[in-house]
Amino acid sequence: MFQQYSLAHVQFMLTGLGWTVTLALIALVGGSIAGSVLTLMRVSSNAILSRIAQFYIFVVQGTPLLVTLFIAYFGASYVGFAVQPLVAIAVAFSFYAAAFLGDIWRGAIQSVPGGQHEGAHALGLSRVAAMRYIIIPQAIRIATPPTVGFFVQLIKNTSLASVVGIVELTRTAQIVSNATFKPLEVYLTAALFYFLVCFPITLFSRRLEKRLNV
Amino acid sequence: MNYLDFTGVLSRSDLLLNGLVLTAQISVAAMVIALVIAVVAATLSLNERRVVRLPVLAYVEVIRNTPFIVQVFLIYFGLPALGLRLEPITAAIVAMSIYGGAYCSEIIRAGIQGIAKGQIEAGRALGMSPLTIFRHIVLKPAVASVFPSLVAQFILLLLSSSVVSAISVPELTGTGNDIQGLTLRNMEIYLVIAVIYVALVAILKGSMTVLERVLFPFKFLRR
Repeated sequence: MFQQYSLAHVQFMLTGLGWTVTLALIALVGGSIAGSVLTLMRVSSNAILSRIAQFYIFVVQGTPLLVTLFIAYFGASYVGFAVQPLVAIAVAFSFYAAAFLGDIWRGAIQSVPGGQHEGAHALGLSRVAAMRYIIIPQAIRIATPPTVGFFVQLIKNTSLASVVGIVELTRTAQIVSNATFKPLEVYLTAALFYFLVCFPITLFSRRLEKRLNV
Repeated sequence: MNYLDFTGVLSRSDLLLNGLVLTAQISVAAMVIALVIAVVAATLSLNERRVVRLPVLAYVEVIRNTPFIVQVFLIYFGLPALGLRLEPITAAIVAMSIYGGAYCSEIIRAGIQGIAKGQIEAGRALGMSPLTIFRHIVLKPAVASVFPSLVAQFILLLLSSSVVSAISVPELTGTGNDIQGLTLRNMEIYLVIAVIYVALVAILKGSMTVLERVLFPFKFLRR
């Protein structure tokens, strides 16, 4: 009646892991693009732009990711886009990642010491040139460890896409668990896969932090 | 494009209210238990003996590097294989507490490490007992200094409660799924729920700001 939990199931879950990593990478790229725009809005001298970005970050960070995914999943067809659920979910993850990356990167830019701005000004650099050649290169150093750390969050959070039927690692685990009725073994395997992907990245982020900060 | 119609959703506001209350209850319960776990774990992780330190560090790393929903499934679907069957709500609170405890312990550990050695020595010189020193000289100032990070973690814990709808806990998101089935107004219901969560986060943030002033008035002294 039930299937035996076998290597074939583990291989099936490995394909799910592939989709988990793919989804996280899409979210990282999409989130970086939208997050850069948000960061620039946040640090711009235009109060309205800054406020809009701040409001966006507040709303997205105040909504559970699962609810955001439901809104994206149903919302795409609602506004008349006939898109694949996978596309809608990838877009939702990008918007989600943007809110967090925008916040991390704003903090990095603002933690570049004020003397750097003054120095750039004294050298006669324009605001844009000062940003481009003085501030942002230093901010990138500060922002790298938390950005890598956030990527771990992103990988873990793609597991929520299983609830709206995206066949990534957690969803494959559910399917295998239902077929074999071995939930403990199956979910432990899934947890192990996540850990093997996430833990090295966590360690890498910590090493970067040590090397760059102190 | 269809028009949004909130009448069906709002006529079920009593259901929504029940869900909201349950979300608040499991979240607050998990926050309290997580804080207790965190204080114990943070203290043990600073123990000089490796045998004590390693299991705690393993707990923290395993929880922080695996997804919350998998932890929930392991506790709710996996543990019965070991003879431990939990009700959905109990499983939800257990999972959230373990999850929140791992993150909060890292925060509190950072706070404890920030306490100057001289403070503890001064406490000893005044003849305080080790427990008094831990409570008043180590723990309280440590929690006070990392309080903003703890609040941020509590907010994430509140939001993570939506995930336990996946094991049929009728909290806010679970109720939303039910109402969606009843009304088929999927867009409306999830928009309403998103607004409620944002409001809950704002309320939590506000009450924590007040709590900070009550618990740690010394942080707000004028120098």
